Amino acid sequence: MTTRRNILPGFGISTGFTLAYMSLVVLIPLSAVFLKAASVEWSQFWATITAPRLIASYKLTLGTSFVSALLNAGFGLLVAWVLARYEFPFKRIVDALVDLPFALPTAVAGIALTAIYSQNGWFGRYLEPLGIKVAFTPLGIVVALMFVGLPFVVRNVQPVLEDLDSEIEEAARSLGATRWQTFRLVIVPTVLPALLTGFALAFARGLGEYGSVVFISGNLPNTQISSLLINTKLEQYDYAGATAIAVVMLILSFALLLGINLLQSRTRRFQETA
Amino acid sequence: MEDTPKRSRTNSGNAFIRWLLIGFALVFLAVFLVTPLLTVFVEAFAKGWGAYKTAIVEPDALSSIYLTLMAAAVAVPVNTMFGIAAAWSITKFDFIGKNVLVTLLDLPFAVSPIISGLIFVLMFGAQGWIGPWLAEHDIRIIFAVPGIILATMFVTVPFVARELIPHMQAQGREEEEAALVLGATGLQTFFRVTLPNIRWSLMYGIILCTARAMGEFGAVAVVSGHIRGQTNTIPLHVEILYNEYNFVGAFAVASLLTLMAIVTLALKKFVEWKISE
Repeated sequence: MTTRRNILPGFGISTGFTLAYMSLVVLIPLSAVFLKAASVEWSQFWATITAPRLIASYKLTLGTSFVSALLNAGFGLLVAWVLARYEFPFKRIVDALVDLPFALPTAVAGIALTAIYSQNGWFGRYLEPLGIKVAFTPLGIVVALMFVGLPFVVRNVQPVLEDLDSEIEEAARSLGATRWQTFRLVIVPTVLPALLTGFALAFARGLGEYGSVVFISGNLPNTQISSLLINTKLEQYDYAGATAIAVVMLILSFALLLGINLLQSRTRRFQETA
Repeated sequence: MEDTPKRSRTNSGNAFIRWLLIGFALVFLAVFLVTPLLTVFVEAFAKGWGAYKTAIVEPDALSSIYLTLMAAAVAVPVNTMFGIAAAWSITKFDFIGKNVLVTLLDLPFAVSPIISGLIFVLMFGAQGWIGPWLAEHDIRIIFAVPGIILATMFVTVPFVARELIPHMQAQGREEEEAALVLGATGLQTFFRVTLPNIRWSLMYGIILCTARAMGEFGAVAVVSGHIRGQTNTIPLHVEILYNEYNFVGAFAVASLLTLMAIVTLALKKFVEWKISE
């Protein structure tokens, strides 16, 4: 496009309102965390974020988020595949259901999952005799994070699978590739960027998730996630401590957000050239 | 669909694998998604319709419903206006820093809900930036309704803009330019050309924004202070009842949010169908 003058009105007012609103509601409040952190003595800040209880919480938060995102990548790929490729009864309802974790408030998911997996629950009563404790253990956190993270994987992978030309697969097959080779060498490379994006989004969501986790984790010494510790510090009016943990988590989420944006722009490029 | 018969032919050879995969996927979804959904209603009606009704018409429950609706009634229209303005600015014009703005738009999605609440405590709380000034003038934001509204606004900022931007990007600016050249005013162009074009994506964004506004837990929990009958939203009321081991009550109130989620999903499907038309 040449330097054609843009005749559309409202640039000033729409951009001005956008910037003002973003600043007031998002950016200034978020900067409060960093300003507060800057006012804390470095040694005290460091002591807070490296306390054994916090190190344990980072490990737990990162570990459960990673495991649940990994499981979701597998199950999400399966669900996306089935929805994109096969016809079966009630498919539209099943497809709508995949978005349930986006629509269901996290606190509701939290109490429902706790009820299911606790000692007397629908699943808990059968798992407990087998020695598998889910509620009030890190495993419960994984279950909750799988619930909230699943749609991220399915909704990223599904459109790519739907667009994937079945002729390419047929070409591979007619050239003598086995079903497994076609899957491994044709389908997997095509969906990989979308699968990675879905995995990263589910992982990022897991790091910050609170509502569904607090109920099933039960706030025991070995099930305290980082978000919960921020809240505990706040309830003790330890603003400096809460802020210090928040800074660590924010830096982590920003890094992930940046990575996800890069991944998504690569996925788009890939789809455009494909 | 031209290639449908071809596809079914390639698949017909392995019906066994197909049904195995479908079976696995459905069992997985039944265990992880359908069971929690059913649990809510089974637990809510565990002691019958009477106990269910009592839990919902109880004054504290009603006040939590009222507060939730109020917070959504402020946050959703404001964020809808913001979403339209942001999408208009980002998709119809080119300016320096546009990509940064698009990235910043996602920030509330990337931040833990607890941190979303914390930031408002740091600003308006007793030891916060302007906390002392607010206390002097007897204005309460934290542990009061304004804080809840602010936190709700923060977590729902991106929803409408996120839905509108790709749609308006794809549409370009030719139609609006044509209207303007033909003599329409800016507002006429917006209401007669742009708005009809984006109405379904706009609806979609508003639906998602409303669901999140009514269901937000973490951010609101931090700023609310859990004052019964005053600063409890529906999710917070659920938490209190649950922690008091009043499971029937907790699930009864939670069933309202679950119904909202089901309606959201149905509307979402409907709007998706309208968009694809």
